[in-house]
Amino acid sequence: MYTQSLDVPDGSAPTLAAVPAGADALQTRFDEKIDADRKIEPQDWMPEAYRRTLVRQISQHAHSEIIGMQPEGNWISRAPSLKRKAILLAKVQDEGGHGLYLYSAAETLGTSRDQLLDALHTGKAKYSSIFNYPTLLWADVGVIGWLVDGAAIMNQVPICRCSYGPYARAMIRICKEESFHQRQGFESLMVQMQGTPEQRAMVQDAVNRWWWPVLAMFGPPDADSTNSAQGMRWGIKRLSNDELRQKFVDATVPQAAVLRVTLPDPDLKWNEARGQHDYGAIDWDEFWAVVNGNGPCNKERLANRVKAHEDGQWVRDAAQAHAAKQRARALKEAA
Amino acid sequence: MNNLAPPEATASTDYLLHLADNALVLGQRNAEWCGNGPVLEEDIALANMSLDLVGQARLLYQHAAALTGHGATEDSLAYFRDAGDFRNFTLLELPHASPSAERDYAVTITRNFLYSALMLLVWDALQDSKDPQLAAIAAKSLKEVRYHFRHSRDWLLRLGDGTAESHARTQSALDQLMPYTREFWEASEVGRNAVSRGLATDPATLRAHWDGLLDAALLEAGLQRPAAGGAPPPGKNGRHSEHLAPLLADMQVLARAHPAAQW
Amino acid sequence: MSNPNKEWPLWEVFVRSKQGLEHKHCGSLHAVDAQQALQMARDVYTRRQEGVSIWVVPSGSITASEPDDKGEFFEPMADKIYRHPTFYDIPDEVGHM
Repeated sequence: MYTQSLDVPDGSAPTLAAVPAGADALQTRFDEKIDADRKIEPQDWMPEAYRRTLVRQISQHAHSEIIGMQPEGNWISRAPSLKRKAILLAKVQDEGGHGLYLYSAAETLGTSRDQLLDALHTGKAKYSSIFNYPTLLWADVGVIGWLVDGAAIMNQVPICRCSYGPYARAMIRICKEESFHQRQGFESLMVQMQGTPEQRAMVQDAVNRWWWPVLAMFGPPDADSTNSAQGMRWGIKRLSNDELRQKFVDATVPQAAVLRVTLPDPDLKWNEARGQHDYGAIDWDEFWAVVNGNGPCNKERLANRVKAHEDGQWVRDAAQAHAAKQRARALKEAA
Repeated sequence: MNNLAPPEATASTDYLLHLADNALVLGQRNAEWCGNGPVLEEDIALANMSLDLVGQARLLYQHAAALTGHGATEDSLAYFRDAGDFRNFTLLELPHASPSAERDYAVTITRNFLYSALMLLVWDALQDSKDPQLAAIAAKSLKEVRYHFRHSRDWLLRLGDGTAESHARTQSALDQLMPYTREFWEASEVGRNAVSRGLATDPATLRAHWDGLLDAALLEAGLQRPAAGGAPPPGKNGRHSEHLAPLLADMQVLARAHPAAQW
Repeated sequence: MSNPNKEWPLWEVFVRSKQGLEHKHCGSLHAVDAQQALQMARDVYTRRQEGVSIWVVPSGSITASEPDDKGEFFEPMADKIYRHPTFYDIPDEVGHM
């Protein structure tokens, strides 16, 4: 998921600092709020580990939205109809906006946009592995809407109830917009699947390439996810990786049937006893390789971001210089 | 289908295509910044403007398609005409490149300013067009271009009166692009036709006002108005630079590869 | 390395929708001046809806009531909405805090 990296060790395991007197009361009150499902707000006391985890999770989600603009933005210029061009433009714009809401939520926790971007650009911060795959065909755009956004929504809806106020509120706003994207992706695929044999072949090809990476998006199996427990204790993570993954498979299989695409898993079948679908083994080696920087597009995605940021420095500097001049002029006039 | 107005009171398709091609080509160019902007907030602003422009193009192409008949659609006009048939200002098809950079924000902003200052006046005048559909499109587009104008004007000032580097880049962009504004004012058969039918205003009547907007902004930005010069090919008459064909090749490739397909 | 003085200042955005009764806090954004902040707020937080009212306020200008849990040991600026030191003008002579 966009927040799968919660389970990925990045060397920033929270260390316990000496606990000053009186902190017990604060911790207790914090715990009480969490247990009562009340919100923690920016001014409230919070354990350092909670704060650090949130900064990491929220900013990784923000980075994912920003990086995600690349594989999709890739197709704006070539969208095969004006309507689809407009829809894709609106979607990529929304994603930028989501990144903005999330950076803004992360900043309430005592970090700055520049610090967060630094972490991304130097490779210290992670973003969702799914965006390290290439969008080879127009059909990929629709499949991303259907599957990737679908998976994201599954993960995000529970976070709308997370304990940290600004994050929960940002997620509510994001979820409203994201469900729109998923519907548009699905609708675009419906049209293509009802189209020419070439169109149908392209959609099937896209599904073949994206299905497994999307399943891996939910993160490592529960047995291998050590940090999830703490996240769940803090009301940041509401459902486990496997639970979300299962929900997603069960929701998606009927949708695939409507589209008449085949999901590329020979082991995928309904299990009457469980009341859920069984599915095949995910290649976790590939997942880890991609997460650790060796996916098809990792280097390219990051390099594009770094270049855009560096190339834009003169613009940011100019805006600041101008604002400073305006302030100086205003002061002079007032004098 | 336009059943509301008699045939004489609808704009010639050529004039509509000029307006539509302008919007589409500039929308296409501005969208190149998606994911590449100097700051996230500008990525969003440019995507927003692109979306407005594509929206304007769609309305205009739809109107032109209905008038053309023979099964023409917004997409057949956008995707299945060749470069020589496009009627956009050459200014708009230019890449964002400058001597300093492959994609130079100063070029983007300056071009957006020169064009939106014009369209502020053109859309305003077109609200009085005898073609009611064009008048309606103009009213909507005017609201949008006010934002585009304000955005590009504010940035022209920030860049012109920012740092030494931003000033140099912006002056250079202005010098580079100014000759392309010449065709804004040059008479053409299509333009004269539209004017004589009460569908559009003679652009020559807007020139003094545009000059005023430009001069005021340049003064505040500390930029010099370049001397008039150069005679680039007038895209509105179908004579384009080398840049339009590759832009269209990219834009149209998928649609043309599957001509029978619905998307 | 991030330099706090090179960042555009942070603004809080409040929006009252067309049918709304009061301005609601939506989030924040970075802008160099109020004019830009308003434009961006329009793009990002209202998606260009008509009839909305937008307020933008520099984050550092907001004074907040103290939270119920007074963190005497940890919160030097509990009456500000954020913890982050770069929101507040720290004179250059003081250096990085």
